[in-house]
Amino acid sequence: MEVIDIIKPENQVFNKTCLMTDTTLSYCPGCGHGVAHNLAMEVIDELGIVEDTIGVAPVGCSVLAYDFMNVDITQAAHGRAPALATAISRTWPDKYVFTYQGDGDLAAIGTAETIHACNRGENIVIIFVNNGIYGMTGGQMAPTTLPGMSTSTSPYGRDIETMGMPLKITELIANLPGTYYVTRQAVHTHKHVRKAKKAIKTAFENTRLKKGLSFIEIVSNCNSGWKMNPNDSNVWMEENMFPYFPLGDIKVKGKLKQ
Amino acid sequence: MSELRLMKGNEALAEAAIRAGADAYFGYPITPQSEVIEYLMTERPEERTGMVVLQAESEVAAINMVYGAASTGKRAMTSSSSPGVSLKLEGVSYLAGAELPAVIVNVMRGGPGLGTIQPSQADYFQAVKGGGHGDYKLYVLAPASVQEMSDFVSDAFDIAFKYRAPVLILSDGLIGQMMEKVVLKDQKDRMPDEEIIKRYGSWATTGKKGRERNIVTSLDLIPEKMEARVHRLMKKYEQMEREDLRYEMIQCEDAEYLFVAYGSSSRIAQKAVQLAREKGIKVGLLRPITLFPFPKQQLLVLAHQVKGILSVELSTGQMVEDVRLAVKGRVPVKHYGRTGGSIHTPEEVLEALEQKIISDGSN
Ligand SMILES: Cc1ncc(C[n+]2csc(CCOP(=O)(O)OP(=O)(O)O)c2C)c(N)n1
Ligand code: SF4
Ligand SMILES: [Mg+2]
Repeated sequence: MEVIDIIKPENQVFNKTCLMTDTTLSYCPGCGHGVAHNLAMEVIDELGIVEDTIGVAPVGCSVLAYDFMNVDITQAAHGRAPALATAISRTWPDKYVFTYQGDGDLAAIGTAETIHACNRGENIVIIFVNNGIYGMTGGQMAPTTLPGMSTSTSPYGRDIETMGMPLKITELIANLPGTYYVTRQAVHTHKHVRKAKKAIKTAFENTRLKKGLSFIEIVSNCNSGWKMNPNDSNVWMEENMFPYFPLGDIKVKGKLKQ
Repeated sequence: MSELRLMKGNEALAEAAIRAGADAYFGYPITPQSEVIEYLMTERPEERTGMVVLQAESEVAAINMVYGAASTGKRAMTSSSSPGVSLKLEGVSYLAGAELPAVIVNVMRGGPGLGTIQPSQADYFQAVKGGGHGDYKLYVLAPASVQEMSDFVSDAFDIAFKYRAPVLILSDGLIGQMMEKVVLKDQKDRMPDEEIIKRYGSWATTGKKGRERNIVTSLDLIPEKMEARVHRLMKKYEQMEREDLRYEMIQCEDAEYLFVAYGSSSRIAQKAVQLAREKGIKVGLLRPITLFPFPKQQLLVLAHQVKGILSVELSTGQMVEDVRLAVKGRVPVKHYGRTGGSIHTPEEVLEALEQKIISDGSN
């Protein structure tokens, strides 16, 4: 059978959400950012909430998220997305407000904004893509860079004596009474994608129910920054990132999991 | 109903924010402006008008909260004093770049560094020459009384929304802390959400309903696009100069000498004008009410009339540079001012005029 005979509406098993634009993604091939974008947009589409959704984009590789996400978006200064989201949610209490941030953005320069938005229990969704590195600026050390991992600013590997251990900001904010739902996910396999999508859906539903802050960490790769091919980067992530940043729910309905 | 009250400058500003129909205030305590947020928290504006008031974790967070609310078309403001304003400047630059309306208040204290909590006017350069990074300017209003602390809030929001640009109210510890009588404006209604969506739907990120998505950003990676954005900003600033310059001339008609002073210094200089005239010295006062736009033309005209100009500021001389630029060397221009929290007296100002301008043989 010719390919053209297969491409028919009755054979269609997947539809790209109209909330992803047709703009070619600027991400490196193999990067998890595109998948994470797509999941967020699919959820907003499926919940039928786009008319009431306002996104806040970070500074990082996803600074151009607004080129790809077909929703209203304000682009924040580096690290400040939770402050913007706080104000938007406070002045538009019935809207769905989400931030999308990298680890440098959320856990280094924006640590204060992250912790305080979480502590106040703002009724927002935070999607946190942790790739253990500063992708955008060319692969410098991030607060989440693993011990011994070499980057352009830790060329001999992260020395924990002088640079400290990677910051588990997700565990940290889970311990604040203000957070309602805290989970750590991944998007490099179908199985993980399905779970991550469910988590993102739960998060936006929490917003609807005015439950407060939902925080979804997505442990992801940065094949360019890690200087690996996409496949190797995913294997490396499973072997090295997941043991330090274990996947799964950390806090559900305001209660820490054991 | 307009209402007469005795209030501190900072309190009058806070009350005016509620009455101006502001949607949100975000701030962080710092002397000498903490009364703004204290007053707002005490007044429960949530109950009076639905206005949101939030104490942020820092000035950085506060200005970025303003940025967030402003990006959705809400009337948002913040206030601080000098060290806190330094922290806000990245956010202010973003507001200018993303073309968002917002009101920022600086109740200046002495610096640099932690400096002093006493009044100062040493942030003129920061206010007028940019302060934050990039090619931008702020529309800067300089109140000289508690009445103007009150009146300028709604004026600032009007200008901010007229140009879709951040506006700075540059006050100081003296105006912020002193008590005077003030006639408060009537309560304006806050704009309903539907009206915001209707009016600002072409740019505000309120959720894409019946239109293409809106994007608020200050980023243009393509140089030609960024250049065009900067030129668009410059057009606004030119229009501000044409349409929204404000100044006051006091006893300038027959003046042989001129003081130029704004804010608290203009109050002191006004008294010095009186003292001078009692001694038979004909002095006038030009008070810039907006520091950008600056009354350049008016100064140039006066430069043809007077023998010398004394720029009086609570600093080591910042505005004086703009006065010199404006008069194009036609007349001697000198600076006088105490700094670091010290405040000059009218007598000191008059003495400076006599020594630096009148009896200076080089004139
Ligand atoms: C105030 C400020 N400091 C530094 C930068 C430079 N900068 C841009 S992105 C970035 C790091 C981004 O890393 P991350 O948040 O982990 O995002 P990723 O690119 O890895 O997705 C830095 C340091 C900036 N834009 N603004
Ligand atoms: S640099 Fe890293 S994070 Fe950025 S797009 Fe490339 S792979 Fe993704
Ligand atoms: Mg990163």
